[in-house]
Amino acid sequence: MSMINTHDILETIGMITSESLDVRTVTMGISLLDCADPDPKKACEKIYNKITTKAARLVPVVEKIATDYGIPIINKRISVTPIAMLLASAPTADPVEYAKTLDRAAKAVGVNFIGGFGALVHKGFSAGDEQLIASIPEALAQTDIVCSSVNIGSTKTGINMDAVKLMGQVVRKAAEITADNQCMGAAKLVVFCNAPEDNPFMAGAFHGVGEPDCVVHVGVSGPGAVRAALAKLPKDAPLDEVAELVKRTAFKITRMGQLVGNLAAKELGVPFGIVDLSLAPTPAIGDSVANILEEMGLESCGCCGTTAALALLNDAVKKGGVMASNHVGGLSGAFIPVSEDDGMIKAARCGSLTLEKLEAMTAVCSVGIDMVVVPGDTPAEVLSALIADEAAIGMVNSKTTAVRVIPAIGRKAGEELDFGGLLGYAPIMPISTYSPSVLINRGGRIPAPLQALKN
Amino acid sequence: MKAVITVVGKDTVGVIAKVSTACAELNINVEDVTQSIMQDMFCMIMLVNLSHCTQDMNAVRARFDSIAKEMGMELHITREEVFDAMHHI
Repeated sequence: MSMINTHDILETIGMITSESLDVRTVTMGISLLDCADPDPKKACEKIYNKITTKAARLVPVVEKIATDYGIPIINKRISVTPIAMLLASAPTADPVEYAKTLDRAAKAVGVNFIGGFGALVHKGFSAGDEQLIASIPEALAQTDIVCSSVNIGSTKTGINMDAVKLMGQVVRKAAEITADNQCMGAAKLVVFCNAPEDNPFMAGAFHGVGEPDCVVHVGVSGPGAVRAALAKLPKDAPLDEVAELVKRTAFKITRMGQLVGNLAAKELGVPFGIVDLSLAPTPAIGDSVANILEEMGLESCGCCGTTAALALLNDAVKKGGVMASNHVGGLSGAFIPVSEDDGMIKAARCGSLTLEKLEAMTAVCSVGIDMVVVPGDTPAEVLSALIADEAAIGMVNSKTTAVRVIPAIGRKAGEELDFGGLLGYAPIMPISTYSPSVLINRGGRIPAPLQALKN
Repeated sequence: MKAVITVVGKDTVGVIAKVSTACAELNINVEDVTQSIMQDMFCMIMLVNLSHCTQDMNAVRARFDSIAKEMGMELHITREEVFDAMHHI
């Protein structure tokens, strides 16, 4: 058949139909720097107008690409400039009004999520930052599709422990005031170290200040396709072959993302930003990063060997993806959220996957402690300390790490929370109850680590 | 503007006839056809040219979805560029 062989055609169709291969998101990044105004009403009006103008055609264009090309594209999203930057010039503003404006604008253009209700405070707070952070719980409770992220540390600046202390309280409050809705507030809030400025994935997407005015990013998916490819390898195939196969599969997955990104950027008349090479799981059976690790040869994700298998997977995904794309960025790696991954959920339920093992895994893969549900009586200081631990891993290893943890208010270890949709469901995982309170209350900054004498 | 139509499922009478009749009605030119039996599954791959198609893709998909349902088989239409991107360096 012409230039394409039958095997390749059937492989692609199989990946899409039975292995859940899809483009997870086309995310439009929009700068709101030109919307700052001392009058909050005027600022919100400018924000609404800019988003609804720039993203007016985003959803129909992406849907048309999906229909014309036969590629499933799951989400359409928007990321914007961290809103704290706009609050700097409007000291009397109520940040919640800005969040509501984002929510209205995003709904008007029909996207699934809008990210960027956040602040970058890795070295300290500037005007607007503290107001914004304090308003996050209320903002997330009063909106439906707004996501929030705060960057509290980086390899070059160290960790802002005052912000870490604050974020433990904010995460807890976000869960408390949405306790009647599965503590959903905390599921839309990420605390970062080394946050990327071009991440298309939620809840951590925001439009960095170094980005162009408007840009399109693509996030691919495809854990199911990688697992299915590995299932065809003999169980005694050496790990070099495993890595090679992951690379080949990641290449194909990423090429599909690159194609969609090029088409969307051209049609929308904006530059194409990056492809995020992440393996993003879903709660659908088989579309799981944990299942890939198990396919490599682990009885259950979380057992000894998990970190090594994940390190191989994460590296091979990047190596395969890099060649497939002009520009790579975002988080790029394997995601290990618990509630969004069928295999992780099962491993957490049976006890093979613990919070401590997850923390170790985050040292070698994309992101961090993600969509983990902890007991409702977990104090804010413990959440802050968990954030500090993750940030330290990211800071020292020069990589992005993040915490999206949900204290299940009024519930105990062993019970479950169900967020619905792609956010999934998860058992409540036990967390150490010994107190880090003195450490957290010291505040200040953890100095940036040495970039030499590495051992 | 080329696309690949794949039909996979339990073999029934008139698969090619039904798919090519719909192509003719929609003014879609069939450029190549290959078929095989793989593990008891009938599998047909058709390369078509949509340049002069009289309907938009939503209508085309609806038409072929109803044929697939009628035959009890899985039918997919995917643009040639997708395979080019994934399988050619």
